[in-house]
Amino acid sequence: MTDWSVKRWRTLLLLSGSLGLATNLAAMGPAGDLERARYAMYVASLGGVVSTPTEYAGDMHANAAIPAFARKYNMPCSACHTAWPELNAFGQRFRDRGYQLGNDRDSPIWVNPSYIPFAIRTTPGWRMERTTNQPVDAGLGTTEKTITQSGFDISGADLLMMGTLYKNITFGFVPTIADGEGVGIEAAFVRFDNLFRSTWANLKVGKFEMDNMLSEKRGMMLSSNGAFYQSYHFVAPGDGTTFGLGDNQIGAEWQGHSDNSYTRLTLAVLGGVDGTPGLPEGKSYDGMFAASQAFDMGNLGLQRIGLYGYLGHRPTSFETVGGEPVPGTGTDNKPFSRFGAVGDFFLGNLELIPLVMHASDDKDLAGGTQDATWNSGLLEVHYYVSPQLVFTQRSEIIRMSQQALPSIPDHKGNIDAFTFGYRWYPIMFSRAGLAMVGELSFTKTIGTMPLSGDGVGLDPLTDDTAVKSTSLLIAFDFDF
Amino acid sequence: MQRIFLRGCAAGFGLLLSAAGVLAAQAQSVSHVGNLTGNAAAGAREYRRYCVGCHGQAGDGLGENAMWVDPRPRDFTAAVFKCRSTPTGTLPTDDDLYRSVTRGFVTTNMPSWEPLTRQARANVVAYIKTFSSRWSQGPGTPIPVPPETPATMESILHGRQLFQSMECWKCHGAAGHGDGPSASTLTDSKDNPIRPYNFASGSRFKCGDSNADLYRVFMTGLDGTPMPSFADNIQPNDAWDLVHFLRTLQPMPSPEAALWQAWLPGHAGELKPIGPD
Repeated sequence: MTDWSVKRWRTLLLLSGSLGLATNLAAMGPAGDLERARYAMYVASLGGVVSTPTEYAGDMHANAAIPAFARKYNMPCSACHTAWPELNAFGQRFRDRGYQLGNDRDSPIWVNPSYIPFAIRTTPGWRMERTTNQPVDAGLGTTEKTITQSGFDISGADLLMMGTLYKNITFGFVPTIADGEGVGIEAAFVRFDNLFRSTWANLKVGKFEMDNMLSEKRGMMLSSNGAFYQSYHFVAPGDGTTFGLGDNQIGAEWQGHSDNSYTRLTLAVLGGVDGTPGLPEGKSYDGMFAASQAFDMGNLGLQRIGLYGYLGHRPTSFETVGGEPVPGTGTDNKPFSRFGAVGDFFLGNLELIPLVMHASDDKDLAGGTQDATWNSGLLEVHYYVSPQLVFTQRSEIIRMSQQALPSIPDHKGNIDAFTFGYRWYPIMFSRAGLAMVGELSFTKTIGTMPLSGDGVGLDPLTDDTAVKSTSLLIAFDFDF
Repeated sequence: MQRIFLRGCAAGFGLLLSAAGVLAAQAQSVSHVGNLTGNAAAGAREYRRYCVGCHGQAGDGLGENAMWVDPRPRDFTAAVFKCRSTPTGTLPTDDDLYRSVTRGFVTTNMPSWEPLTRQARANVVAYIKTFSSRWSQGPGTPIPVPPETPATMESILHGRQLFQSMECWKCHGAAGHGDGPSASTLTDSKDNPIRPYNFASGSRFKCGDSNADLYRVFMTGLDGTPMPSFADNIQPNDAWDLVHFLRTLQPMPSPEAALWQAWLPGHAGELKPIGPD
């Protein structure tokens, strides 16, 4: 959610950027104490700069369900979504075609001139957040307490503008608005579809969601803990790598698919800035690939398996002027990677989505003497009682396999997360959408603050302490 | 006591009749597509998810979006279908309906549902057949499609002559743009205005991509529209010639269009304009 989880991301990034990242990179930055200190300050400021746009990247709504398409094509939400915002096979092909049905009526010239490809989504509701073992002042010292908050709240708003400029030319523009947070640009891209009359040649340039088979932007869950995949945003203890697999990135993407989109392949070259505009870091580029294949399993439904990978680089030193780092001059790029597999299996009305990932950050990025590596896995389950009622559950774990510093306890940073919820759609037609959402989510993190939850969001006092965070959300998710 | 017993018997008999009716309906509510057997009950769920917005709960083409859709959605209660392999006036085969669901209809609101599993599409076909009692009589027998004749300039030019003599141009226009002199007067079987097909605008034909699909259109007609069947008026070889000529009106590359483009610059003056004599 724009407000709820974004606050966590900003806090996280500010803390990791300003404290952990700065401290760790300072220790291995350019030679000389003074230079190291200046470098650390620059990196800290970069962490703050990055946090501003990244808070919008943390918006879990953006690019979700877009009733502007339903209005354009006169189709109910359920045609493209298993339950909005998650895409079904038909919706996936619609997206792959560049938001076109392919009936020679996709160009705006065929649409009523008063039609505007614009939709808005926001979520008012009530929520409760509880986080244990949060440091608070106690006399002259510090102690730990459980922090609990509850009350009525609103999310930010996503303005979803996507459609076709012309036949086979697609655009997307998604500004986000959050009270007190200003306006950000979640997505802005142009896409050339079916180049050379081939479904295998589609080129997108701009800022966009990567082709994650398990899309965070179209996730079913909305609570502070449940609204994102821990695997997509985990940062190892002491690590300051600014990257989230679920964050929108800036770059160019080539995507190809079979006519029915059962076979899909994506390659992307991305600026190494985690979606931050302005070339703040240097000349590093990242690469991403995703491939998946669906199988027609008759009465069971469509089954899809996929592989994905991301290889990124981040600079570890900068040119300086007057001792100050010069933005955009980053060099000594060091690598990090995320690789894994994902599935999407149907057993009639039961959908099972497993995902596994192996991640590695170079020791110079992780601020240690050896690479930081970890593994994660999740299983998300949806049961569709009907197109208008779905029950959801997700279990996710992250386990550190190697800390950047041997002195860090092996299990520090480990995460267990569980979410239970439902979405009920009292209306389902081709003009707008409304979902009544109930969700309960838990996370347990070892020695670190939770990635989510709306507690104070600070690390516990000791490395072995388990911080438990709970989110309860009852909300109205509407899309018009 | 006896009255209660009789009422109970009557109620039981009524229930039996209802059950028999349901079983009878289900018996006809299957489809056979290749080795698949479509199930209407399962198809009802797919229909609700994907189709009901246009075709309506009752299958009468009066879904909530129908008034915004042009051409109007198909009324399944009438059981009249355009794209068939069967003679005019008969019901289509399950394969015909399956292909329509899979292919969609270009230049209309009906998309291709190819991403759905084959079983799901077969189920939808079975469910569509529950909307009309006409289905109790079964589909027609598919017409034979003889081997295609070679696509030559002679064939194309003969097809052009047929386009003139059979007065196709009156509806479809001299250049096939759907703007013939009769075009504005046409209505479908529900008295809705209907436009003749514009060969120049679509990237494919409504009833299929292949020449055989276009051949079938001549021979079966498009039921519910002014497009008649020419099965009694045209010989198969002539129908293939007409197919070859119509390919030259389309914007996409085709062997016929290539022949036509190569021939036309040196012979344009020889062509008599299509239209009123």
